[in-house]
Amino acid sequence: MFELLGIAPQALFGQLLLGLINGAFYAILSLGLAVIFGLLNVINFTHGAQYMMGAFGAWMLLNYVGIPFWGALVLSPIIVAIIGMVIERTLLRRLYHLDHLYGLLLTFGLGLIIEGLFRRQYGSSGLPYNNPLPGGTNLGFMFLPNYRAFVVVFSLAICIGTWFVIERTKLGSYLRAATERPDLVQAFGIDVPRMITLTYGFGVGLAALAGVLAAPAYQVSPTMGSNLIIVVFAVVVIGGMGSIMGAIVTGFGLGLVEGLTKVFYPEASSTVIFVIMAIVLLVKPAGLFGTVK
Amino acid sequence: MSTTSSPAALAGGPASTGGVLRLVGAAIALALLIAAPLAIYPVFLMKVLCFALFACAFNLLLGYVGLLSFGHAMFFGGAAYICAHAVKNWGLTPELGILAGVAFAALLGLVAGLLAIRRLGIYFAMVTLALAQMFFFFCLQARFTGGEDGLQGVPRRAVFGLIDITKDLNLYYVVLAIFVIGFAIIYRTIHSPFGQVLKAIRENEPRAISLGYRVNQYKLLAFVLSAALAGLAGATKAIVFQLASLTDVAWQMSGEVILMTLVGGMGTVLGPVVGAGIIVTMQNYLAGFGEWVLVIQGVIFVVVVSLFRRGLVGEVIALFSRQKPGAPAGH
Amino acid sequence: MRLAAMFLAAGSLLAAGAAQAQTPAAPLAVKIGVLNDQSGLYADLGGPGSVWAAKKAVADFLATPAGKNLKVDVVFADHQNKADVGTAIARQWFDVDGVDVILDVPNSGVALAVNQVAKEKNKVFINSGAAASDLTGKACTPNTVHWTYDTWALANGTGKAITKNGGDTWFFITADYAFGHALERDTAAVVAANGGKVVGQVRVPLNNADFSSFLLQAQSSKAKIIGLANAGGDTINSIKQAAEYGIVEGGQKLAGLLIFLSDVNSLGLKTAQGLTLTEAWYWDMTDENRAFAKEFAAANRGVHPTMVHAGVYAGTLHYLKAVAALGADKDGAAVVAEMKKLPTDDKLFGKGEIRADGRQIHPMFLFEVKKPSESKYPYDYYTLKATIPANEAFRPLSESECPLVKKS
Repeated sequence: MFELLGIAPQALFGQLLLGLINGAFYAILSLGLAVIFGLLNVINFTHGAQYMMGAFGAWMLLNYVGIPFWGALVLSPIIVAIIGMVIERTLLRRLYHLDHLYGLLLTFGLGLIIEGLFRRQYGSSGLPYNNPLPGGTNLGFMFLPNYRAFVVVFSLAICIGTWFVIERTKLGSYLRAATERPDLVQAFGIDVPRMITLTYGFGVGLAALAGVLAAPAYQVSPTMGSNLIIVVFAVVVIGGMGSIMGAIVTGFGLGLVEGLTKVFYPEASSTVIFVIMAIVLLVKPAGLFGTVK
Repeated sequence: MSTTSSPAALAGGPASTGGVLRLVGAAIALALLIAAPLAIYPVFLMKVLCFALFACAFNLLLGYVGLLSFGHAMFFGGAAYICAHAVKNWGLTPELGILAGVAFAALLGLVAGLLAIRRLGIYFAMVTLALAQMFFFFCLQARFTGGEDGLQGVPRRAVFGLIDITKDLNLYYVVLAIFVIGFAIIYRTIHSPFGQVLKAIRENEPRAISLGYRVNQYKLLAFVLSAALAGLAGATKAIVFQLASLTDVAWQMSGEVILMTLVGGMGTVLGPVVGAGIIVTMQNYLAGFGEWVLVIQGVIFVVVVSLFRRGLVGEVIALFSRQKPGAPAGH
Repeated sequence: MRLAAMFLAAGSLLAAGAAQAQTPAAPLAVKIGVLNDQSGLYADLGGPGSVWAAKKAVADFLATPAGKNLKVDVVFADHQNKADVGTAIARQWFDVDGVDVILDVPNSGVALAVNQVAKEKNKVFINSGAAASDLTGKACTPNTVHWTYDTWALANGTGKAITKNGGDTWFFITADYAFGHALERDTAAVVAANGGKVVGQVRVPLNNADFSSFLLQAQSSKAKIIGLANAGGDTINSIKQAAEYGIVEGGQKLAGLLIFLSDVNSLGLKTAQGLTLTEAWYWDMTDENRAFAKEFAAANRGVHPTMVHAGVYAGTLHYLKAVAALGADKDGAAVVAEMKKLPTDDKLFGKGEIRADGRQIHPMFLFEVKKPSESKYPYDYYTLKATIPANEAFRPLSESECPLVKKS
């Protein structure tokens, strides 16, 4: 049995590492949501479905075209992002002048369609996807599969890279400016609508990337996104969508908290993030990193 | 708390000629509903009525306060569990069981509302969704709900010890009565001074604040009322189907009620009823095409949001008021 | 238009009801309803395949002399894993569509609900897809027969055989809701009764995607066997991640307590190899099973039948036998009583019986999933490890909570 004090420090360290891996998924997904929300003011409810499409993209590339994981890691997000941009151009764009809730509802509907179509085609029990990096390293306190180590390092790199581009480069400064005053930026001769499309594509691409990363670790199934996305929403509410760094830090942080819960009180591991959300709402309604809009 | 929804306000009846017309319309609709089980299978009708009430309760919040709750399943399903548990294991009569369910939903609405109304718009939607998901996990793990099995075999005891509801037809009229009461409460709320303040908040919240209204209290009261009525619908459904299950608290249920309201027309009195009728009928007759239900629902969402944002009833009203510019846009 | 459509539908239902009043000379009309999950989580283990199996049983029975005087219709519907949708369909089938028997119904919640409706309307319910042992326990009715498997049989089969073969220390990864608890409790009791020991368990919320934390706990418990008291996606993810963490290579064995052929197929042998599980039926055991599977695969995109499909076939066949013997099908309890009186005998399950509590009795089998190198042809997945004889495979009547048993 696992009593509170029965856990050796090494085991605890192992669990923290696992939490970090979990947090990597939260971080990438909430980062994508934050990037989209920043410019479009739309909460992308299709995010879960796009995460799933990323995983399926990897599976299809492998099974229909023969492209292995490393190729899919690049190709699948690009393909899903292009589909996302088409959606933005044809459907989402018509709603910008309306209440933001319509964007939420539209993307919710799109999510249902995508999930339904994949279910129809591939069934619900899911498809196998083999681990591209089998084996692992014994760290003494735990056995760390190589693939998991890769996920943490890779997703940290992606998160920091995104943060750098948006906060520290010229392109990023245009983006941030367009978020504040699209009319003014347009007047400076920058094509804001195209920028919006590309941003949406980028956010969607991040979701798909998380999906590709998930494929070898979890079962590739049509429902894999819909459960995850609600947790990610809670992560976003906790962090507030004001800052890119906020999304990243909250994602990893909550992964750690969830990891710890899995050791001390596993029954609550699915609800702990929601409880934290309720507390944060009571104490700091705008979220940890948010500003009241 | 506000006193605007006082009995005096509720008692005020419609006076204009439009009001008379509305009364006649309501009488015809009621007559149709009373005669309906002669032609249509009563269990199906009861399901439609339960969902219609649920959608109306939801619409009170979305259509008249402008708050999109993505977690109304927790009130609907929570009340269903409490009602089923009370009737099955405590031996309460159905009317007391339903009351227990409503009371629970109202309480849950108070707690969830206190948290959720701290955020606006999209955040409000996400917070309610997350709270409902938390409640879902609670129901899944709690002992009394029976997990995946749900609460089964809720007995249909006589209502008030008088009306035998083991016959579907008798039960139908009980459900119809509950629906009419719930609908009347919503109707009166919308047309009371309280409802006017809610609409003012929807249109321009800063202005309502500057006019001296305690906006958050109004919102909270509306939220609790909506939750309680959703609970009324859920508890009634538990009696009709003699069970309460996880389906009723899952996030998909919250999505379905939004769909019903959107299809029928949010912010219209009749819209949610029509929407519920359409969606429940669709689910019933498409049962053989199970795998397509999700896709079709998604397509309806996209089409309604992109093209018919007013919903069916909303479009009809718009058409009507365009042809007769003098006529009130009425509800 | 919608209203018109509804009236039309209602009208045709009424007409169907009227047509059902038969004259004695006409052949006996039987209407079979297959109610299951056509698109969701359980679509692969039941779904359209169960409809095919029911139709196949009807065709096979009508070809025999006993089937001369029957006219059989098969209808189906999707309960979407929602108990209220399931009961609404069941009520409508019984009340207006003239359905006499409902088959399959995976998902315990829906099955228990339909069980109630069948009793209330005095029709027949033959379950193949659901795991709940309550169907022949606390919730048993004179109208229900439970065919293929149940949680008790799975827990007993897997728990007993493994413990006896030296797997005497167990760690459970349990889905944290009623079903998982029941599965863990039943298995733990069997393990203890056979001299084994449970060294730990962890309760995991449903739909948890990441099991690494729990697998590490299982690993450090040093238990020989890790029992997976969960289902569907949870089981699949835990097996997949166990492979990633090298659990099986480390010398521990995984025991899946509720796994179907369709799950093994979607996991792939590379991941699932070495897994121990209990099933009621496997297609590659006898020539007749193989012939059935061949025909099934031809009609279902190459997919091979699961034990649930086989159970639907056998249940339908036995039901028709009872109806033909009685010459009547409207009194559900009478039909089920006849089903219990007649010994069961079909090409897939062989000879057996239906007990007073509605439990159909047959042997269960313990399998181990093959290595990829051992698999010679599609769906060549299992090696038979042990056979649990019929009289030991299911919960003994002496332990039954079924009221039908107590009073007799």
